[in-house]
Amino acid sequence: MNRTIGWRLLLTFAVVAVSMFFALPLDKKINLGLDLQGGMHLVFEVDADKAVASSLDGEADGLRKFLESKGVVLTSVARENETVTISLANAAQSVEVEKAVSDTYGNFEIIGRSADKSRLTVAYTATWRKSVFNNAIEQALETLRNRVDQFGVAEPTIQREGDNRILIQLPGVQDRERAINLIGKTARLEFRMVNEQFSPIEAEQKGVPSDSDLLYERKVDPITKKPTDKIPFLIYKKVEMTGALLSNAQVRVSDLSMPYVSIDFNREGARVFGDLTTASVGKRMAIVLDGNVYSAPVIREAITGGTAMIEGSFSYEEAKDLAIVLRAGALPAPLIKLEERSVGPSLGADSIRQGVLSALVGGALVVVFMLVYYRIGGLIADVALVFNIIILMGAMAYFGSTLTLPGIAGIILTIGIAVDANVLVFERIREELNMGKTVRAAVEIGFSRAFLTILDTHVTTIVGAIVLFQFGTGPIKGFAITLSIGLIASMFTAVFVSRTLFMIYLGSRRLANLNI
Amino acid sequence: MQFLKKETNIDFLSKRKIAFGVSFLMVAISIISLAAHGGPNYGVDFKGGTIVQVKFRDATPISQVRDVVGSLKMGDFSIQEYGSAQEMMIRVPVIDEAKSGETQAQKVETALRQKFGAKFSVERVEMVGPKVGSDLRWKALLAVFYSMIGILIYLAFRFEFRFAVGAVLATIHDPLVILGAFSVLDKEFTLTVLAAVLTIIGYSLNDTIVVFDRIRENLRLKRGMPIEALLNLSVNQTLSRTILTSGFTMLVVVALFFLGGEVIHDFAFALMVGIVVGTYSSIYVASPIILYWEQIVLKKKEAASKAGAVKAKKKKEGQ
Repeated sequence: MNRTIGWRLLLTFAVVAVSMFFALPLDKKINLGLDLQGGMHLVFEVDADKAVASSLDGEADGLRKFLESKGVVLTSVARENETVTISLANAAQSVEVEKAVSDTYGNFEIIGRSADKSRLTVAYTATWRKSVFNNAIEQALETLRNRVDQFGVAEPTIQREGDNRILIQLPGVQDRERAINLIGKTARLEFRMVNEQFSPIEAEQKGVPSDSDLLYERKVDPITKKPTDKIPFLIYKKVEMTGALLSNAQVRVSDLSMPYVSIDFNREGARVFGDLTTASVGKRMAIVLDGNVYSAPVIREAITGGTAMIEGSFSYEEAKDLAIVLRAGALPAPLIKLEERSVGPSLGADSIRQGVLSALVGGALVVVFMLVYYRIGGLIADVALVFNIIILMGAMAYFGSTLTLPGIAGIILTIGIAVDANVLVFERIREELNMGKTVRAAVEIGFSRAFLTILDTHVTTIVGAIVLFQFGTGPIKGFAITLSIGLIASMFTAVFVSRTLFMIYLGSRRLANLNI
Repeated sequence: MQFLKKETNIDFLSKRKIAFGVSFLMVAISIISLAAHGGPNYGVDFKGGTIVQVKFRDATPISQVRDVVGSLKMGDFSIQEYGSAQEMMIRVPVIDEAKSGETQAQKVETALRQKFGAKFSVERVEMVGPKVGSDLRWKALLAVFYSMIGILIYLAFRFEFRFAVGAVLATIHDPLVILGAFSVLDKEFTLTVLAAVLTIIGYSLNDTIVVFDRIRENLRLKRGMPIEALLNLSVNQTLSRTILTSGFTMLVVVALFFLGGEVIHDFAFALMVGIVVGTYSSIYVASPIILYWEQIVLKKKEAASKAGAVKAKKKKEGQ
């Protein structure tokens, strides 16, 4: 064995050994896609425009108070979409407003003035609007991370996609509905007083007063999940307090073994809640979450201890999830579900079994046919093919890429193209042998002539795969990655490894004929 | 072992008119079928919508399920068996999910629970909003377009421009025929099928490039050989490889088709059609285009040199 063969063999075994090191044990090192292991893939859009609008409400309120403290008399301050119109009792005071905006409220700009300047329209500056928008999305991401963490999912993916989308992947999650409810809940907790001047029935018939909303408490049968009852409440629009001031939320079980959520306020929250309940003894206060009334107890005495409880007709699981969303905080804006792909674990297991089975059967058929058709050449090609797959697995494990069902298809295509590379070489060798070349020369020419063809076919397909990766989504990306890695491995095995094996086989012998 | 005798000498190029007729017919049928169906029969991935795949413990009449889903009045829904009589795929159109707390999939599941209790499990849910669907469609189109451009550039660089044109035309031919086959059979065009189409683009190119490589080599080795004979020789020289590779790839794809399961069935089907069409197109479409190109360019050159000669003559006479 000469030196060239020596270092060729060394390189081959080094590459294969390193690949095996990365790839084994397979089930631990190769990430399986959601289509193979089961789980959920969700894409939400954050309705960040709503967040901008509600932040505008708050800021406009601040501006109003500031102007009033400066002695400006306002007739109204009204927000419409993303603009706020300030109406002045005295048009001469518009100077004060312009000054306040330019000196103190730099995040606003004046975008319209009525002819007599008694009405001024302000809006957020473009940069400020963008930062509010972005903050809303970042905050939504953070909140969702907290919720998913507490839900207990191994290796979830939560990431921002594009401008206002969030991608969430939860491998292995089985209770779909529960996960969606947990993630999708805005969790805006509000404490509002019940309007007891009218009965809700009266309001339903005669129309709801402008300072109040008609909200419902929904009772749901815990087993059939069917709504059993819908109790109307007339509730003042004014929000006395929100969930922003709470420090903790936990599930407890009452004496009647009904689960409820106990919430603890922070120091400021405890003070506000204490004041609120002191002032409202004997009245009813409603606990409203995302526009649904959970309970509306009568305040019997001032609650100064900094805790409160939310009762409702929920199961233990539901109470637990409610505690999670309250702890993790409210979403700054509602989420709109754009995409959901959920695969049950048994379907995933079926898919992987069938995928692996067909890959094995297909691969085995090819291996046997190559052996029968090309004899010694087939044996060499088969060894190269096995190495190819080992390298592919190693590279996938190293790059942490995920194996999906289309990915398995990519492996199968790789097998096809890798075999093609060997076929190209062998057919070339046969041609040269037919032309009367010696075995050694035929092998030499066969490899060198086929090399350019193999390079062209592989590079063209890789060009296609790279474009696919750039523009494709999810499963197509997985397919493109698997195919690209497989093709690079195939270049190495078909050209380099096969040739090394031929060199060893031919050795120093002078074969009169090659059985190929 | 050998399938073909040592040297084949099939006159492929003389059948180019018939082949072009066949290709024209296939592409025409594809386009007519696509036009008649109003474009590909997009699956949920591209159109938007909701799929709920359920598996019943015992065989359950599809009509019972249809009654339950029908009572929800969700519009145009469909239910089909999926693999066995126990598994069913329910499709409902997507609505503005933002406005309803409960998603379409949940509504379907709740309704089925009421009727069937615990007798079934939900195997898979897919919900794609209309916005995402049209996004994906656009991205897919872009992906195909850019990959063609990329391949054209690479081939023009490695070969001559006319080869690149031949390869790309032969390659555009294949996805069109697959799309047509899916349209004629009224099969759904999904993301996985798209992956298959893109795979076929790669596969067919692979095939075409092997032939072109040989043509390029022969152009150098056998100067003076008439182009038609040279093209025939090249196709014949690579024929055994073409048959072998198509055969091997077909083996794997057939295994995939029969053993890969429902999820991958259409993918495998598209690959099967694609391998046949791809092999055909690299023999009967790609090489004849080179011939036509040669003939047109040669005629132009001849015409140009004739015109030039006439001009020169006139000039001379004028002097």
